[in-house]
Amino acid sequence: MATFKDFRNSVKPNWCPGCGDFSVQAAIQRAAANVGYEPHELAVISGIGCSGRISGYINSYGFHGIHGRALPIAQGLKMANRDLKVIASGGDGDGFAIGMGHTIHAIRRNIDITYVVMDNQIYGLTKGQTSPRSAAGFITKSTPGGAIEPSLKPLEVALTAGATFVAQGFSTDIKELTAMIEAGLNHKGFSFINVFSPCVTYNKVNTYDWFKENLTKLADIEGYDNTNRELAMQTVMQHEGLVTGIVYHDQETKSYQEKVEGYSELPLTDIDISLSEDQFDTLVKEFM
Amino acid sequence: MLHQLSWKVGGQQGEGIESTGEIFATAMNRLGYHLYGYRHFSSRIKGGHTNNKITVRPEEVRFIADDLDILVAFDQETIDVNYKELTENGIILADAKFDPKNPEDCKASLYAVPFTEIAAELGTSLMKNMVAIGATAALMNLSEAVFQNVVTDIFGRKGEEVVAKNMQAIERGRIAITGQIGERTGSWELAPADGKRRMFMIGNDAVALGALAAGVRFMAAYPITPASEIMEYMIKKLPLVGGAVIQTEDEIAAATMAIGSNYGGVRAFTASAGPGLSLMMEAIGLSGMTEQPLVVIDTQRGGPSTGLPTKQEQSDLMAMVYGTHGEIPKVIIAPSTMEEAFYDTIQAFNIAEELQLPVILLTDLQLSLGKQSVDPFDYSKIEIRRGKLVIPEDAESKEYFKRYENTEDGISPRVLPGKLGGIHHVTGVEHDEQGKPSEATGNRRTQMDKRFRKLEHLRFDNPVHVKAPHDEADVLLVGFNSTRGALEEVQDALNAEGIKTNHAQIRLISPFPAEEMSALVNKAKKVIVVENNATGQLANIMKMSIGGHGKIRNVLKYDGTPFLPRELTNLVKEEI
Ligand SMILES: Cc1ncc(C[n+]2csc(CCOP(=O)(O)OP(=O)(O)O)c2C)c(N)n1
Ligand code: SF4
Ligand SMILES: [Mg+2]
Repeated sequence: MATFKDFRNSVKPNWCPGCGDFSVQAAIQRAAANVGYEPHELAVISGIGCSGRISGYINSYGFHGIHGRALPIAQGLKMANRDLKVIASGGDGDGFAIGMGHTIHAIRRNIDITYVVMDNQIYGLTKGQTSPRSAAGFITKSTPGGAIEPSLKPLEVALTAGATFVAQGFSTDIKELTAMIEAGLNHKGFSFINVFSPCVTYNKVNTYDWFKENLTKLADIEGYDNTNRELAMQTVMQHEGLVTGIVYHDQETKSYQEKVEGYSELPLTDIDISLSEDQFDTLVKEFM
Repeated sequence: MLHQLSWKVGGQQGEGIESTGEIFATAMNRLGYHLYGYRHFSSRIKGGHTNNKITVRPEEVRFIADDLDILVAFDQETIDVNYKELTENGIILADAKFDPKNPEDCKASLYAVPFTEIAAELGTSLMKNMVAIGATAALMNLSEAVFQNVVTDIFGRKGEEVVAKNMQAIERGRIAITGQIGERTGSWELAPADGKRRMFMIGNDAVALGALAAGVRFMAAYPITPASEIMEYMIKKLPLVGGAVIQTEDEIAAATMAIGSNYGGVRAFTASAGPGLSLMMEAIGLSGMTEQPLVVIDTQRGGPSTGLPTKQEQSDLMAMVYGTHGEIPKVIIAPSTMEEAFYDTIQAFNIAEELQLPVILLTDLQLSLGKQSVDPFDYSKIEIRRGKLVIPEDAESKEYFKRYENTEDGISPRVLPGKLGGIHHVTGVEHDEQGKPSEATGNRRTQMDKRFRKLEHLRFDNPVHVKAPHDEADVLLVGFNSTRGALEEVQDALNAEGIKTNHAQIRLISPFPAEEMSALVNKAKKVIVVENNATGQLANIMKMSIGGHGKIRNVLKYDGTPFLPRELTNLVKEEI
C-alpha cells in the first residue's frame, strides 16, 4: 500500500516560503494515501495561478490546464474513466471568478470528483489584485481605494447550488484538512472543499493569525448536524462563512454517473469502440 | 415527362410546413429519386415565413434548383416571397382559406384549393398538409399508394384510423385539384427513378453517424444553430453503446470536457457554430500545446457576433486557420458532400489521435442542414486508427514517463492515466519531455519543432476534389464545403458553351494542399474562387500559400442565401 511519501515527486515547488499551498499539497498527499489510492490511480487536474501549480508537485497523473477550466477537464476525464480517482484544484480567482460558471454547474451536476480550492482572497500569480473573495474595502493594486464589491460566499453558493458535500479547511490545520479531504474522496458525488490558504506575500490582512482569531470549528459547535442543509446554511451565515469542518454531507443523492441511463458501468476506456456491422446497418436503415 | 422537378412548400413557422416537406420528400426518396432539400427559416419558433424547397431528379442532385415548378402556399406571404422563382409552366397550389391573390407579374397560374376546409371536414384542420400532398401527387401523376408506407410509419402508432384519415386527406386533395385543372393533371410527371433505397439525411446526421462509427463514446456540447442536431443524435445513440452526452454550461466547458475525456483515452468531441468556436479558442490552444486529441465540428453560419444564425455563410475560415493565440499545429478538414461529411469525420478522429492535436471539421449551414439522398455508407470503409497509444514497458518505473519525448516524427508515445509506470504531467505551460514546466530556450525550440513536425506525417487522401478535364483551361473554379453542387453545374454549363473549365473543391484547408493547388492554378488562365463571405477568405489563404496571384478572382455572396447554379454561372461569366 502506498504511503503519503509515494505521492511526492522530485519537483521543488516555486511557492514563496510560508505560502499556505504547501500544507494543502501535503494534506492531499496524506488523504490520498489514507484512503488507499496508488499514485497511478489518481489524476490531479489544476487551473492557473500559484495554486494551479499543484498538479506538478504531486506524484500522480497531473493536468495543469487553463485558467478557470480545471473542473470541466476533470469532469470529462472522470466520464471517460470512472475508475480513476480525480481531484480538481485551483485558486479562488480560478474557481470563483473566471471559472465560477463551471463551479456552480459542477456542483449541480454532481459527478464523483473532489474539488479543492486554495482560497487566499487574492490573485497571487498576477501579483496581488483583488479576487471575488476579497472583502469589501480590501486594498490591492487593482483596488487602490478598497474593493467595492462584497466578497463572494462560496459555502452559501455551494449549498444553494445543491451541493452534496461541502467542507472548509484551514491550511495550517493539516489534520482536520486531511480528514475532510479523505471524506471528500470517499463521498460518492461532487465534493467541494474550500481551504483558507494564506498568501504571505500579497495579502497582509487575511494572515495566519487573522484566521486563527476568526475561525470557528464546526466540531466545537454543540448540536451541529452536517446532514441538515438548513442548519448548515444558518450556521455558515451566522459565522459569516468563517467556519471549518464538514459543513454539509448528503449521502443519499446518487452521483451523476449513477443516474445517466445507458452509461457503461465499465470505464469507457475499457469498452470496445467499434460498431458491429449489424449495429451500423440498423443505424443506416433508420435514414431510409 | 420532366427530368427535374422543383417543389416548395411555405407558410408560417410552427404550422406543420416541416412535416409537409418531410412526407413528400420521404415518399420520393423511397421511389428511388435523388433529392436535395433546403429549408428557409428564421430564428424564432412560431410565426415568421418558412419554406422548404425540394429538388427532385432521377439522377444525383447536389444543388438547389434556381427555378420552381410547384409552390404550395399556406399563406399570402409565401406567394409574395417566392413567386419570382416560378417558371411559366409553374403552378401555385394555395389554401383557399386565406383568399390567395396571384401577383400581377407572376408567370405561373394559381389555384385556390380548400386544403383547410377539406381537412376540417375529415376531422382536423391539421391534416391540411396531407391534402396539399394529395394535390401535388395529382400534378405529378403519383398514386396515393406511394404515400401509404410513409403515412403508416409516421402515424402508425396513433392507430389505424389516423392512418386511414390521412390517406383519405391525400385522396381528397387529389380529387380537388383534378376537378380544377382538368387536363393539366399529371403534367408534372417525372421520368422514372431507379427504385433503389437510399438514405435521406442532413449533413449533421452524416457527421454524427461518422462520429459514432469512429468510436466516439462521449460528447460535451452547448446547443446552437445549425449544430444542435449532432448533439441530439448523439444523445439518442450514445446510451446504446454505453456512452454519454453532457449538455454543458457553455462552449468553454464543452471543449475542455472533450479534452479531459480524450486525455482519459476516450474519443470525445464537441460541435458548435461561430459564436461557440470563438469561446473555444483558448481550449483549442490547450489541445495543441498539451498534445491532447480534440475534434471540434464548426457548422458555419452567418457571422459576425450573432449575425445571421439561420443563414448560410462560410466566414469562419480565417478564424479557424489562425484562431487561438500563439502557434499550434492544427488540421482543418472541409467536406463538400454527405459522403465526405461521414468519412471525413471518421478521419478527423483518427488524425486527432495519431497526431495528438486539434482537428476542426468545418461544414456550413447548407451542408449541415441541407437534406439529401445518399447511397448507404460502406461499413468496410470504416477504419479506426488510434496512433501511438502505449502501455508503459516498465511498470515499476519511478521516473516520470516521457509523454513529450522528442521523437523523429514528432509524435510521442501516449499513455493513459491510470496505467502503472505511466505517470507524467500535462501542462499548457511550455514543458520538457516529462511534461514539467520549462522556460529554457533550447527546450522551447525542441518542443515547438517537435509539435509542428507532426504535421509532416498527416495522412489525408485527396485533399482536393478535382474535376479537371482540361490541360489548358480558361477557368479554374475553386470552392469549399457546400458550394460543390452548384460549382459542378457551373462547370458543365461553361464547358457546354466552349469555355474550358476545371473545378477544384478544397477538402483540406490546413495544412493547405499547396502542391495540388499550384498545379491546377498553373493549368488555368483564370482562377475564380467562389465563397459565401464578403472578404474572399479562401482566395486569401490560396494567395498566402501559392503563386499565380494575378489570376485569382473572387465571386462572393454574403446575403445569407446559398449560390444557385444559374445565378452562379452568370456571376462567374462576369469575371471571365
Ligand atoms: C484567460 C486568462 N486570463 C488571465 C490570466 C492571468 N492569470 C493567471 S492566474 C490569475 C489569477 C490567479 O488568482 P487565483 O486563481 O486566486 O490563484 P492564486 O495565484 O491566488 O493561487 C490570472 C488573472 C490567465 N492565465 N488566463
Ligand atoms: S504569491 Fe502568495 S499565493 Fe503565490 S506562492 Fe507566494 S505566497 Fe503563495
Ligand atoms: Mg488566489
